[in-house]
Amino acid sequence: MLKGRNLLEPMDFTIEELKELFNLADQIIQNPELFRKACDGKILATLFYEPSTRTRFSFEAAMLRLGGQVIGFSEPNSSSVAKGESITDTIRTVACYADLAVIRHPKEGAPKVAAACTDMPVINAGDGGHQHPTQTLTDLLTIWKERGGFENLTIGLCGDLKFGRTVHSLIKALYRYKNVSFVLISPEELRIPDYVRKEILIKNKIPFEEVENMQEVLPKLDILYMTRVQRERFFNEEDYVRLKDRYILDGAKMKLAREDMMVLHPLPRVNEISVEVDDDPRALYFKQARYGMYIRMALIMSLLGTEPKEV
Amino acid sequence: MVVIDSIKNGIVIDHITAGLGMKLLEYLDIDTSQNTVALIMNAVSNKYGRKDVVKIENVFDIDLAALGIIDPKATVNYIEDHVINEKIHLTIPERVVNIIKCNNPRCVTSIEAAAPQIFHLIDRENREYRCEYCDEIISMKGGYGNEIIHRQWFNR
Repeated sequence: MLKGRNLLEPMDFTIEELKELFNLADQIIQNPELFRKACDGKILATLFYEPSTRTRFSFEAAMLRLGGQVIGFSEPNSSSVAKGESITDTIRTVACYADLAVIRHPKEGAPKVAAACTDMPVINAGDGGHQHPTQTLTDLLTIWKERGGFENLTIGLCGDLKFGRTVHSLIKALYRYKNVSFVLISPEELRIPDYVRKEILIKNKIPFEEVENMQEVLPKLDILYMTRVQRERFFNEEDYVRLKDRYILDGAKMKLAREDMMVLHPLPRVNEISVEVDDDPRALYFKQARYGMYIRMALIMSLLGTEPKEV
Repeated sequence: MVVIDSIKNGIVIDHITAGLGMKLLEYLDIDTSQNTVALIMNAVSNKYGRKDVVKIENVFDIDLAALGIIDPKATVNYIEDHVINEKIHLTIPERVVNIIKCNNPRCVTSIEAAAPQIFHLIDRENREYRCEYCDEIISMKGGYGNEIIHRQWFNR
């Protein structure tokens, strides 16, 4: 039962609960008309302290397609945050008006602080370089729909694994499935944080390797998850410039990969995937973005405990 | 031989790892104290070879969890009328609140003053703690720096 719960990190939901969400998302995909009034009378607050296109639009589109309403801000300077209001005070106020809140914040753990001061369900829509659980739901739904399940997979994660919050969340969600292994492709400076390596991979004896060369591992991957090196996470511009073009997936590299390898990317892309790859049937990142809206529709309904209504 | 019953009332923190006595006093903001305080460095110890000892007169309410993080080998003796009334062996706490502060500049605790600083023990041997909010791992073994929140015990 997900009603009234928060989604702050991927492990907040069990594998069974995730399966329920995927089933609901699939029902919505099959028959969206049936869900047109599922959240009639409900209000979603979107509190975006950091820029976003996909995540904010997909949440707003999801709520509108469920018949609900949306309030919120897309940049903090247009709210009382600019006057120095704390996260706690903002959330307490928003909880007076909305039924559910989505929060994106540059500071890591901000959604946890928000959730601690209200009974209103809170969804983490990305907190700094930490976690991004609804992107993970999107990634998982894409794999589930396109591959049929999560077992026996070798997943390559490439690029900025240090600050790439989608990577941390995806590893946290996927390690729980049987016979999953990870190939972590990054320069030494952008390797996964200690807490992911120690607390998730080593502690649970999950097979993983850390490499710098993408070409040599491509042939063994079932999924290649590309990420952008994010300028906004660096305190030093020189480091960003040095690392940003380290990995570029192009047509030549795709020839090294298996015929059924899936290429995923949380988007936005800069130049880590060359546009020539877009037409390759293995490139699923735009389809992934569409799945993102459906899984968010399922998530909103589940946290609010709403059902499809007669239209 | 160190005589530890030379204060009438107060606490004696004994068996402190040699060299950590100063750190411990620093944490206690000892320079603000009006109480009688003694620090003995590199005393001979049958158990550990060398040790530091701290004696503080007329103070009893020391945060044992915090001391356990700094030096879990230490013992705290409560002295009343020159007699050891109680002896406590420190342990490494599983969860600490407002004792360590997160040093990750991206952590929400750097901007949200109302959020308590919460850490969970994840590796007893290496005395590693994980921040409740950002998952940053801090090792408290040996070379800790600015992570300890000073308590100003003696200003209360």
